[in-house]
Amino acid sequence: MSAYRLTTGGLVDRSAGLAFTFDGRPMRGFAGDTLASALLANNEVLVGRSFKYHRPRGILTAGSAEPNALVTIGTGGRREPNTRATVAELFNGLDAISQNRWPSLKHDIGAVNGLLSPFLGAGFYYKTFMWPAAFWEKVYEPIIRRAAGLGKASMQPDPDRYEKAWAHCDLLVIGAGAAGLMAALTAARSGLRVILADEGFRMGGALLSETAKIGGQAPADFVASVLEELKSFPDVTLMPRTTVFGWYDDNVFGAVEKVQKHVAEPSPDRPVERVWRIIAKRAIMATGAEERPLVFGGNDTPGVMMASAMRTYLNRYAVAAGRKVAVFTNGGSGYATAQAFASNGIEIAAIIDSRAVVPDVAPKGARIIHNGGIVATKGGNRLSGVVVERSGFEEVIECDALAMSGGWSPVVHLACQRGRKPVWSDEHQAFLAPENGDLLTPAGAAAGLSGLGDALKDGQEKALAILRGLGKRPKLRDLPEVEGEYDPAFAPLWYVPGAQQKAFVDFQNDVHVADLGLAKREAYGFVEHAKRYTTGGMATDQGKLGNVNMAGILAGMKGVSPAEIGTTTFRPFYTPVSFGAMAGTSRDKESRPTRYSPLHNWAKKNGATFVEAGLWYRSAWFPRAGEATWRDSVDREVLNVRANAGLCDVSTLGKIEIFGADAAEFLNRVYSNAFLKLPVGRARYGLMLREDGIVFDDGTTSRLAENHYFMTTTTGHAAEVMTHLEHCAQTLWPNLDVRFVSSSDQWAQMALAGPKSRTILQELVEDDLSNEAFPFLSAREVMLKGGLKARLFRISFSGELAYELAVPAGYGEAVADALMEAGAPHGICAYGVEALAVLRIEKGHVTHNELDGRTTPDDVGLGKMVSGTKPDFIGKHLAGRFGLTAADRLQLVGLKPVDVANTIRAGSHILKEGAKPSLTNDQGHVSSACYSPGLQSPIALALIKSGRERHGEKVIVWDGLRNEEFPAVICSPVFIDPENGRLHQ
Amino acid sequence: MASLISCPHCGVRPKEEFTIRGDATPVRPGPDAPEEAWFAYVYLRENPKGRIRESWHHTSGCRRFLIVERDNVTHEVYSVVDAAQAKEAAE
Repeated sequence: MSAYRLTTGGLVDRSAGLAFTFDGRPMRGFAGDTLASALLANNEVLVGRSFKYHRPRGILTAGSAEPNALVTIGTGGRREPNTRATVAELFNGLDAISQNRWPSLKHDIGAVNGLLSPFLGAGFYYKTFMWPAAFWEKVYEPIIRRAAGLGKASMQPDPDRYEKAWAHCDLLVIGAGAAGLMAALTAARSGLRVILADEGFRMGGALLSETAKIGGQAPADFVASVLEELKSFPDVTLMPRTTVFGWYDDNVFGAVEKVQKHVAEPSPDRPVERVWRIIAKRAIMATGAEERPLVFGGNDTPGVMMASAMRTYLNRYAVAAGRKVAVFTNGGSGYATAQAFASNGIEIAAIIDSRAVVPDVAPKGARIIHNGGIVATKGGNRLSGVVVERSGFEEVIECDALAMSGGWSPVVHLACQRGRKPVWSDEHQAFLAPENGDLLTPAGAAAGLSGLGDALKDGQEKALAILRGLGKRPKLRDLPEVEGEYDPAFAPLWYVPGAQQKAFVDFQNDVHVADLGLAKREAYGFVEHAKRYTTGGMATDQGKLGNVNMAGILAGMKGVSPAEIGTTTFRPFYTPVSFGAMAGTSRDKESRPTRYSPLHNWAKKNGATFVEAGLWYRSAWFPRAGEATWRDSVDREVLNVRANAGLCDVSTLGKIEIFGADAAEFLNRVYSNAFLKLPVGRARYGLMLREDGIVFDDGTTSRLAENHYFMTTTTGHAAEVMTHLEHCAQTLWPNLDVRFVSSSDQWAQMALAGPKSRTILQELVEDDLSNEAFPFLSAREVMLKGGLKARLFRISFSGELAYELAVPAGYGEAVADALMEAGAPHGICAYGVEALAVLRIEKGHVTHNELDGRTTPDDVGLGKMVSGTKPDFIGKHLAGRFGLTAADRLQLVGLKPVDVANTIRAGSHILKEGAKPSLTNDQGHVSSACYSPGLQSPIALALIKSGRERHGEKVIVWDGLRNEEFPAVICSPVFIDPENGRLHQ
Repeated sequence: MASLISCPHCGVRPKEEFTIRGDATPVRPGPDAPEEAWFAYVYLRENPKGRIRESWHHTSGCRRFLIVERDNVTHEVYSVVDAAQAKEAAE
């Protein structure tokens, strides 16, 4: 085969030359080329190696169904494997490399697999590598993975941007060929909002490959005039380079637009790909038809190509696939291709036709072999001839290219993605789209129609029907006349008998006819089984070319109609979509929001080390000069809070404003403890249960006014608590007058803790903060000096005299600065969540380490917070179940190592002395642990079986991860100030 | 699963704005109901094929709980009503 570029004709721009490389070799093409057409123009016929047998393969198609011509495009982070050369738009500087070959495409060692093919038949995975079992992971799988495969993904980050967008329209037209253009035009002229999407970089579909005259114009000119008119409508959107890949419920379509895949250096201002979700009132599927390969011996030799693809290369790209072309056909397409070559003065070696009688017209002087079939091909990496069999006589015909046509299959993929299977039509000898109502209407070749004129007419008619359905008055115009079109009718031919070489059904997966026979003999003849057993219809092309032949061949083997065989299941995506496009902007840090506290900058100024806590950045500790480790900082902060005062950012707590006449009653029902009689100006610690009796969340709620409460939740459960309250109010008790507003982001909240906190705070607050005027659990609005209203709560997580001060978020930093300044003479320090954790563990306060979704209030020593008198609250009714009240439940205790040199780690398990580590011997686990600088000992909170009865018992702390164990003593979980004297001072 | 949900408060919105809480049929028993009733309410669920009633939260919209009646085979959505109104209508 010798392929070359014609000197004239085609839709390429000969004035715009483009340089590219293939396997490192420099080549040239033109603007308007695909990589495939440019490769052919450079006489590159061998472009890849097959998946399993590493057979040499050439370009087979000119479109998205391409199984062979898969290449890797780009370098570094832009390296994109398995790109179909047939749809890759050529650009200046494109670098393409072939795949699945070593050391080179022409000399591939893996081709030895072809010699092993008797062992690599269908189901070889399941048979060959079963024994010995241990070999699979270590020997077989790595070898198979290396030998059989496609391109390799880049291991570098993708430097490009991707995005997602929504689009809305009355009518989405999928495919801008004859039917699609006519449908879009008809709808646009009648005033519909239309989106016309086409996967190609130049709209026009198969029209661009044809030579018939439409309304007296060449097809490309006709396309241009229609597009020109479509652009004149403000409500029409043309979307080239956009593949509609999926059809979803409510007529939502998924599409991917290649925005900048055809440029060497994409602009950082735009995405390279964009995923669209298109909401369409109606849609027309004008996706055309796919030409079927013929299944004959040696049909995969480079140089064998689909007849329609050869026409496309010739008419659209001005590239001849060979100088002496043979045609093997069962219908009109082969003759149209022969005519196209003949009219360009290219020799036709022969037309081999499987039919005895044909209506089609061959080019003058061409030899036609009726009732003929090809049984083998000559040439290895490049076709040199075909062996034709007719009435038992064989003949070798020399040729350097072979066009094959096995008839047409409508592209019905989208119409079958929502559960309905395609329907076999004897008349069309093809699977047609199932009936889907009026939401998605197939038109033109996709509806099984053959011929250009019929497609134009059908596009118009389907659009008119949609207009009527939407209650619009259609504006009717005459259809353009079509001259010189061919008739693509064909006679079915699933398999050419007498094959002397492998006859491939699925080129990409190396599935040949014998594999299907084997699958059937071994009881995997059901089409879904056959797919898995032979791998036919898998991988990047998903059987676009092979599946219908596979059904036809299985039908022939079973002696039934293809209708009884059916097809495998169609699912999105129609063609592969990159992970980048699916992720859109949600990647790396941007895969989720980052939340900064209003006091973030204050913490930063004070030298905070931050820790990620969920979406939040929280200040963990504030290192000072001379502190060697984080522990030095944390110990200092803890001791300073206990001795003087500290300021901690607690803005990340969930905050919910609650209003309404029934707010008190509502709170009484969502908290396990009593809330009905909470006076105005007071805060109360509250415990929320789940309906199954397990603790859900805790926090304080303050009554700021008669019908206004302010709830705080834990940082981690802020969103869940809000949703829970909404659920309770809206679905359980909609008759209660209560409303919520989340104000988590509106308030900067800081905890000021320590014996000197009152003195410091008083310098900023107008109101009297004496113990008498503002006792423990006071909560009310106060006036800051300078005239800022703030909310002040006398609550304590640390166990010290402490306050939480909330100011509008924008004032947070200034107020925190003022507190630090006022506190400086009193020794104030900033402290972070690590010190906060030590303070609360010392005091025995629980967090979600203890409230872990398994514990009851009683387990964590808060049994008194479950009201016995309230008739109803969330969690009341199942809280008393036997399982939740059993005597040996895990209960919260404190833990101290016997030797203070032993560090207790959270997650360690507790064993009785002398007991071996086992599930049965497990006594519980450590939930929180820290070093207490005040007690100068590691301490911990633990959940231990019947723990409250075991204070004083010596147990073993066992850390299976670090293989450590040491003795510790169970004690009260409150390590400091059990009388709460500090709180009330 | 429907791609679009017609919220009675916000109009047609993409399903990604919603959170499905689950079966909307169980009714919270009265305070005096026996433990079996509470057990059934909290733990026992049917897994029906066909028409179902679900509780959906319009998390990224009006934040109302909605009762969505839909078919888990055909994906047809029959009705979307505010949960409070649905409860009122049922009582």
